[in-house]
Amino acid sequence: MKQILMAGMLMTSMVFAGAAMAQKSAADGIAEYRKMLEDGNPAELYEAKGAELWKKKRGPKNESLERCDLGLGPGVVKGAWVQLPRWFADTQRVQDLESRLLTCMETLQGFNAAEIAKTSFDRGEQETIESLAAWISASSRGQKISLPQGHAEERRMYELGKRAFFFRGGPMDFSCATCHGVDGQRVRLQDLPNLTKNPGDGIGFAAWPAYRVSSGNLWTMQRRLNDCYRQQRFPYPGFASDVTIALGVYMGVNARGAESIAPALKR
Amino acid sequence: MADPMRIRAQASGSKATVRVLMAHEMETGQRKDSSGKVIPAWHIQEVTAQLNGKTVMTAQWGPAVSKNPFMQFDVKGAKAGDKITISWVDNKGDKRTDEATVS
Repeated sequence: MKQILMAGMLMTSMVFAGAAMAQKSAADGIAEYRKMLEDGNPAELYEAKGAELWKKKRGPKNESLERCDLGLGPGVVKGAWVQLPRWFADTQRVQDLESRLLTCMETLQGFNAAEIAKTSFDRGEQETIESLAAWISASSRGQKISLPQGHAEERRMYELGKRAFFFRGGPMDFSCATCHGVDGQRVRLQDLPNLTKNPGDGIGFAAWPAYRVSSGNLWTMQRRLNDCYRQQRFPYPGFASDVTIALGVYMGVNARGAESIAPALKR
Repeated sequence: MADPMRIRAQASGSKATVRVLMAHEMETGQRKDSSGKVIPAWHIQEVTAQLNGKTVMTAQWGPAVSKNPFMQFDVKGAKAGDKITISWVDNKGDKRTDEATVS
């Protein structure tokens, strides 16, 4: 009886060993899933909508966004994304794509930027910003991230972003660095990129905006940060607030040279 | 009106691979909104694919299909220059038809 039991146990352990060998790592599985969905990234639907919205005359002033300056001159979209956030002389601020779009929508089209910033994601004009972000980032697909650091304000924002990144708080005493400060971390099955350096092409900063399959909509970097703060159990500093832009500068400068694949596809 | 579909059709050998991305909420009717009310079902019910005006595939869809669905299929005998037409009808009677040329 004991012998049979032993043999049985041996068999089960062998089966386990076999299963472990055949098993792909979680990262392989997710990579395979992304590959399968690559052809049908619904971000494309947002891109098409964004391209239309850019040219369409809208808002109280019935104007298009075609004269909007995203950093490379009025109306220049190609290549603008990989150089944001950056300093803008007209607003005397360092701005990311979302805050810059708010400025353009207010000055050119007559929308109320403060009101849009307060609107919840995925509603009203926030949806406009999501579509525009998809199209604008897609216009720089394949280019390398190269945020300018020439202006003193840009360097100050980098330092501010670094402080925000390592600032611990909330009921769990988490900072961004708790999850994104070392190599090889995971949350559940997701690999977490190390954002204190260049995590590689199309990873971390170079992958957003992205379509999130789990929520079925397009997330801008602002929305991504909102969710980071939520998971930290930390109050969101507000849409297009300086600290979120500073975090963008910090991650973007660290990711210099990474190839942008935005808008990417996320689980 | 519904947003346009993205259709790509690529000929290879004796067949063409068609990839379609549709913009639709695909609400299941099982979810509740923030006030606790059931969000009514709203999804694509019928999909039709035509090759040069001749129906080559029909599909019946339900609430189990994801939001912004992606569909891929092969059409035998389709060659470059042929017209692929995709139409869908949802449970509210809304419909959308888009066309692409096989490349």
